[in-house]
Amino acid sequence: MTTITSVTPRSRKIVLFSRQKLTLFTLLLLCTLLAIYGLGSGTLSLSPMQVIDALRGEGPHNLTVIVTQWRLPRVAMALILGAALAASGAIFQSLMRNPLGSPDVIGFNTGAYSGVLVAIVLFNSSILGMTFGAMTGGLLTAVVVYLLAWRNGVETFRLIIVGIAVRALLVAGNTWLVISASLESALTAGLWSAGSLNGITWAKSLPVVGLIILAWGLALLLSRRMHLLEMGDDMARALGVPVERSRLLLMLAGVALTAAATAVAGPISFIALVAPQIARRLCANQSQPLLIAGLTGALLLLGADVATQRLFLPYQLPVGVLTVCLGGIYLIGLLLRESRRK
Amino acid sequence: MMTPTRHTAPLQGENLTLSYDKKVVIEGLNLAIPHGELTVIIGPNACGKSTLLRTLSRLISPQSGSVLLNGRQISEYATKEVARELGLLPQSSIAPGDILVEDLVGRGRYPHQRLFSRWRDADRLAVSEAMQATGISELADRAVDTLSGGQRQRVWIAMVLAQQTPLLLLDEPTTWLDITHQIDLLELMQDLNRNLGRTLVVVLHDLNHACRYATHLIAMRDGKIVAEGPPAEIVTTTLIEEVFGLRCMIIDDPVSHTPLVVPLGREPSPAA
Repeated sequence: MTTITSVTPRSRKIVLFSRQKLTLFTLLLLCTLLAIYGLGSGTLSLSPMQVIDALRGEGPHNLTVIVTQWRLPRVAMALILGAALAASGAIFQSLMRNPLGSPDVIGFNTGAYSGVLVAIVLFNSSILGMTFGAMTGGLLTAVVVYLLAWRNGVETFRLIIVGIAVRALLVAGNTWLVISASLESALTAGLWSAGSLNGITWAKSLPVVGLIILAWGLALLLSRRMHLLEMGDDMARALGVPVERSRLLLMLAGVALTAAATAVAGPISFIALVAPQIARRLCANQSQPLLIAGLTGALLLLGADVATQRLFLPYQLPVGVLTVCLGGIYLIGLLLRESRRK
Repeated sequence: MMTPTRHTAPLQGENLTLSYDKKVVIEGLNLAIPHGELTVIIGPNACGKSTLLRTLSRLISPQSGSVLLNGRQISEYATKEVARELGLLPQSSIAPGDILVEDLVGRGRYPHQRLFSRWRDADRLAVSEAMQATGISELADRAVDTLSGGQRQRVWIAMVLAQQTPLLLLDEPTTWLDITHQIDLLELMQDLNRNLGRTLVVVLHDLNHACRYATHLIAMRDGKIVAEGPPAEIVTTTLIEEVFGLRCMIIDDPVSHTPLVVPLGREPSPAA
């Protein structure tokens, strides 16, 4: 567990207050700097000043096009999707009171991806259809995992195990879908199987961004209740929280966030698992982690995307490959610590 | 406080039928929690006392009958409204992660906060008063999971106190505590009742604790109230025998001058 630094009682409120603000500010700054770097890097390198000019529409026309039409969608979506995934992770980890309760561990994003595949392979859908497919797939997976884990109530650990099993089944199903698809669909789908931000455009992103904004709003509205639910259903109800309704709405928001991200970029793993955990350590003990988790996720996904673009040149690897590697290492560490604690 | 009328019985159960695990444990029960008293509910295991307390605090709804809060059906209130009138410490609660004492106590302010409302002076005051009343002001900056069982229970009670409700319901708050902390907690409850004017309803296991600290005792068996009233008036050997099936003698507690139940054991002979 984290160690608590001792602070003098009287100054504490002020210290923590500014610490949270400081964390938020630092994360925002890092996101901005990384975004400017991401916008400037590529086959044609641009200086930060050139990037800023292009963003303000004051640079030469060709540079403005490169920055705002080619690179900005990818950078912006990395930030937005990273934040969405992290918020989804924070919600589910809080509801299950366990860091392993992330949507990417218990298969909700894999289910959303199945929905996307069905939309592509069977219905040849556009981005709207894919978003719808992702939502349906994610929700169906959530319902199935819950029903399978239900024995007079849901015990978290059973739910996680069931979720991991369902996820394995879905991965197999997804592979089958890709294999049995036409070559063209299979190529489109296969590109995404690890989660990738390659080839993102404004047109593809907009419907999804709408969904993400709605889900984020819902999650923020319910964030106080979310913290009270962590204290057990009885305590939450005693404090005036409508338990069942709040939990249902929170899950809906969580699934929507994961599904939205999956619809654009495929199943990017481990941002949802890792970001809320890092955020918790960043703002030790503070109980407003949703925003900080979101910024952490944004930073992580953009960082991973920039890194995959730069590190493996001339190849363009999907960003999901890197997040899986980093997240895998983290997951092993987490499992080791959990098992030692039991 | 916003309570319109000071009812003689702020909390009432009318013709309650309650079930637990699909089995009816209480049938046709009427009860009134008197205002300004420290009511203790006692009874053998599975007599329905915890189910009753959970029903009174609307954690579960009765199969039939109704619970009245200040004379009005509790089911008609909004959830947050109830939480401003009635605070509850359930048997099990979870301290989330590495939360600090002060932050946990602050969560008791939820029923008084509106969506997105900021932390106000009233909240800060309520939290510091609650921590003072429970003697945990010094622990404000500690993480809850570093505290001892007794301290932790005090933190939970402080959280319920920060809710600033005229009514407090506590479900077996002394379980898992060692004897010193049990007495400590009981004294705290007495203090809340006597000096802060709170009405308390407490489920307790220990008969002698109940006799010593209750101002109003409710003895239950098989889902029925066998007797109720001030301990000194109702606690007799026959009552204890009837409620617990325990043969005992009752002497005067030399310290508090309340009834002290001394079990006789199974055989009248002193042999082990």
